[in-house]
Amino acid sequence: MTTVHESPKTTPEVGGLGHSRRRVEDARFLEGRGNYVDDITLPGMLHMAIHRSPLAHARIVSIDTSEAEAVEGVVAVVTGELLANYNLAWMPTLSGDTQAVLATDKVRFQGQEIAAVIATDRYIAQDAADLIQVEYEDLEPIVNPQRSLEEDAPIIRDDKEDQSSNLVYEWESGDKEATEAAFAKAHKVVSLDTHYPRSHPSPLETCGIVADVNSATGQATLYMTSQAPHAHRTVFALVAGLPEQNIRIISPDIGGGFGNKVPVYPGYVVATAASLVIGKPVKWMETRTENLISTGFARDYYMHGELAVSEEGKILALKVDMVSDQGAFFSDAQPTKFQAGLFHIVTGSYDYPAAYVSTKGAYTNKAPGGVAYRCSFRVTEASYLIERLVQNAAYELGMDPAEFRSKNFIQKEQFPYLTPTGFVYDSGDYEAALRLAKEMVGYDEIQREKEEARKEGRLVGIGLASFTEVVGAGHGDDYDILGLRMFDSAELRVHPTGKAILKLGVRSQGQGHETTFAQIVAEELGIPASDIKVVEGDTDNTPYGLGTYASRSTPVAGAATAMISRNLREKAKKIAAHLLEASEDDLEWEVGKFHVKGDPDSSVTIQDVAFAAYTNVPEGVEAGLEGVHYYDPPNMTYPFGTYIVVVDVDPATGQWKVRRMVAVDDCGVRINPMVVDGQIHGGLAEGYAMSSMQYITFDESGNCIGSNFMDYLIPTAWETPRFELGETVTPSPHHPIGAKGVGESATVGSPAAYVNAVIDALEHLGVRNIDMPLTADKVWDAIQGAQ
Amino acid sequence: MKVEVTVNGEARSAEAEPRVLLVDFIRGSLGLTGTHVGCDTTSCGVCTVLLDGTPVKSCTVFAVQAHGRSITTVEGLKQNGELSAMQKAFHEEHGLQCGFCTPAMMLVGTALLEENANPSEDDVRWAISGNLCRCTGYMNIVKAIQAAAAMQNEEVSA
Repeated sequence: MTTVHESPKTTPEVGGLGHSRRRVEDARFLEGRGNYVDDITLPGMLHMAIHRSPLAHARIVSIDTSEAEAVEGVVAVVTGELLANYNLAWMPTLSGDTQAVLATDKVRFQGQEIAAVIATDRYIAQDAADLIQVEYEDLEPIVNPQRSLEEDAPIIRDDKEDQSSNLVYEWESGDKEATEAAFAKAHKVVSLDTHYPRSHPSPLETCGIVADVNSATGQATLYMTSQAPHAHRTVFALVAGLPEQNIRIISPDIGGGFGNKVPVYPGYVVATAASLVIGKPVKWMETRTENLISTGFARDYYMHGELAVSEEGKILALKVDMVSDQGAFFSDAQPTKFQAGLFHIVTGSYDYPAAYVSTKGAYTNKAPGGVAYRCSFRVTEASYLIERLVQNAAYELGMDPAEFRSKNFIQKEQFPYLTPTGFVYDSGDYEAALRLAKEMVGYDEIQREKEEARKEGRLVGIGLASFTEVVGAGHGDDYDILGLRMFDSAELRVHPTGKAILKLGVRSQGQGHETTFAQIVAEELGIPASDIKVVEGDTDNTPYGLGTYASRSTPVAGAATAMISRNLREKAKKIAAHLLEASEDDLEWEVGKFHVKGDPDSSVTIQDVAFAAYTNVPEGVEAGLEGVHYYDPPNMTYPFGTYIVVVDVDPATGQWKVRRMVAVDDCGVRINPMVVDGQIHGGLAEGYAMSSMQYITFDESGNCIGSNFMDYLIPTAWETPRFELGETVTPSPHHPIGAKGVGESATVGSPAAYVNAVIDALEHLGVRNIDMPLTADKVWDAIQGAQ
Repeated sequence: MKVEVTVNGEARSAEAEPRVLLVDFIRGSLGLTGTHVGCDTTSCGVCTVLLDGTPVKSCTVFAVQAHGRSITTVEGLKQNGELSAMQKAFHEEHGLQCGFCTPAMMLVGTALLEENANPSEDDVRWAISGNLCRCTGYMNIVKAIQAAAAMQNEEVSA
C-alpha cells in the first residue's frame, strides 16, 4: 500500500510517529555546550602526534627517535618495535585482514603510521614527531589495481605468509550460465565502463580518542569518535588482550560520521597502549590531512557492466565484472559472507530473471578503507552502475529513459520479490515514486524545452535515478561484523513517576536519535516523548549493539525499541487489570491508557501503571517496568525513490549547473518528517559532491592528491543545489512500525541522477559516459571529443 | 606573552606562546569549547568567531593578534539568559544535525544580519560560503538564517 502521507495517531503533546518534533539534542549544540572528543580534558592528560610515512611503498631501514625524545616536554616515543613487545604492532581489521598499527617492516601507503610522540602539549608532540628520522629503501609504488594484479607486480602484503599475489579476494554472485543464455538472445547489449572514484566521508570532526587507563584498577575508559562503541569494545578486548569488563568506550557527541568512524584506527590503539604504559590519559586528534590520507576512504571501484535488452525494450539480464582497489590493508567494515559488500543489489529496481556479478579486490599502495560512506556496504556503487546502464540502454533503444524504467520496474504486486542475486525486496511501488517525481519536475515540458534548447545551441539535460537501496543489516545468520551478529538492542526503563529512559546500542552522529527514538516509545506506550530520555554511546550503560552505519539504526534499533515498548505494555496490562479489578482480556488499549471494554471511564493511565509497578504489583508479577530487547531482523529493508535532476551545461566551458533537483523518497513510515527531510537534504548534497568535485587520487609515486580541503573539494552553500522533496509511503511489512531507514538513500541514489543529467545534455552528441567527478574540464573534453 | 581579550563581554587574559592559534587559545586557555577545529587550513570555517564583530577563522589568527580586542563565540550568543533569534531559528528550522559546524554558522549568520537585515537566499548562501557543513545540505541553515532575520525584524517593528 502506498499513501502520500499518513496523519499522526498521537497528539503533538504525546509526539509519537509522524510528528515533526523539534530536536532535543539541539539545546546543547546551540549554546556551544556539546561534548565532542576534543572537548574532553582530563587531569594530567598528555597529547599524542603521529609520524607518518611520506612514501607509498618502501622498506624501513632504520628509525631514529633520539632527537624527538630530547625535546623538552616529550614523555615517550612509541614505535612498532616497542608495540611488538606487547603483541600490538599489528591489529585485525573489521574484514578479518590484518593492519599494521605502527609500521615495522615496510610502509605500504603514504601517510602510514610509523611512530607516535607522547608529550605534555599538542604543539610539542607535533614538533617532536617531525624530528623522527626514518631511513627508507624505495620499492615500486602500486597505485591502481590493474597494475597490482599483474603477475610481475611486487607483493605488497609480504607480511602475510600465504599471500603470493596482490589479490585480496574473488567474489561472485548470481547465475553465470543463465545470464550467458539470456545474453545470447539479446536484441542489444548495452555496456558501460566506469570508475567510481575514491572519495572520503570527511566528517567535519576528525577522528580522535582520549584514552584513560587507570593503572591502579586496570580500567580503561576510552572516549572515542566511534559509530559502533560496543563492537569496538570487543575489538579492543581482542586486540589488546584487555578483559572486556575493564574496557568502557564512551562515544560522546560525534561531529558527523558517514562511515568514517566505523573502523578501528592505529591512533586509537597507540593512544590506549601509551596510556596503559605511562599511566596517564592520552589524547589524540587527527589533523584534517591525517583524516584524508589515512582513514577510511570509500568507493574506488572499476566497473564493467552489460545489460541485455530485447527489441521491445525489456531487460533480459545483467552482467557485471569489477575490480576494487582496497588499499594496503583490507579494512572494509562489512559482513564476512559478502566481500564486495551488498554490491549484488546492482540488479536495481527492475524485473529480470538473470544476473551475474564477479569481482576481484586488489591490494595497492594506498590508504586502507573501503568504508560504506553514507551507504550500506557498496550499495552506492551498485545503484550508480545500474542507473547509468539503464539510462544508456534507453538511448540505444531510442526510448524515453523514464518510459524504459517504467516498462521494466518490479510491479508492486510482485513484492516480496526475489532478485536474481538472492535479495528479497520487502515492499515497493516504484511507479508511484517515478510518477510523482515526473509531476513535480514537469517532465514532459522540460523534455520539450530540451529539444528547443538544442536548436539554439544550448545544452539542457534531464537525469533520472529510480534506485532501490538495501539497508538495516542483519539478519544475523547472513550479516555480521567479525562474527558478531548484526542485531541491535533497546533497554527501556519506565520510572515510578511515569517518565522513562531508553538506552540503545546504536550511536547517533547527528541523525537525531534522542528525538526520534523517544517518538517510537511515545507511539507505543503513550508516554510523551518529552518525558523520555534517550541514552547512547556508553558501553557500560547501554545494551550491546552493532552501531550506527548502513542506515541500520531505525530498521534494527528502532524495531528493538518498538518491541521492548510492546513487551512492557503487555506487563503494564497485567498491572492495569489488577488496578481496575478486571480481567486482562477485558481491557482495551488506547494511546496512553487501558480501559475496561465498554466502560471508557473505568481506566488507568500508563503513568498510573508505572507507579503501581513499583508500589502495588499483583501477586506473581515482578516489580518494576523495565526490560531489554535484542532485535535480529527477519530481513533487510528496501527504501527506494526516484530522483530527477535538470542541468544546464555551458558548451563553451563544460561547466554545469543544477537547475532543479527533485527527490521523491519512500523510506516507509516516517518517524519524524522534519528529521527525514534533513537526512535527505544532507544525502543529496553529498551525492552532488561526489558527482561534481570530491575526488581523491594519487600520482604515480603514490602521493595522495586530495589531502586537504583545498584539493579535496567539498561543495559550499554557494555551489550546492536547492532540493525539492516529495514522498510516498510504502511501509516495510516486517518492521514493527513499518519504517525502512533513510540516512543514506539520497547519497546512494543521487550521484547517478546528477551524472545522467549531464550525459543527457550531451547524449545527442554521442556522449555516453564521463567518470565522476564531472569537473568542467572533463565535460568540455567530452563535448570536444564528440564534435 | 600575556594576551588580554574581551570574550563575550568579559575581560580575560592568559599566557600564550607567539605561535599559538587563536582557536587553541579560546578552547584551551579560555576553556570555551563551543568553537571547533575542522581543518587547520582556513577551509572549513568551523572555528569561526567574531573578532570585533567581524567573522574570522580563528585557526588562521594568532592569539597574540587578538590582544586588546573583543571576541564573540557561540557561548556569547544568548542575550539576557535567552536564546538569540539566530539560535531559536536554527532549532525551529532544523538547521543543525551533528552540531559541529553550528556555532560558526550561527555567528556568521549573526554578523550577516548586522549588515543586512533582509538577506535574500543568495545573500545568505554567499555569506556562509566560507563555512562547510556535511549534514544538512545547507537547505535548513539558509532557511534558519532567513527566519532569524524575519524574527528580528518582527521584534523591531513590534
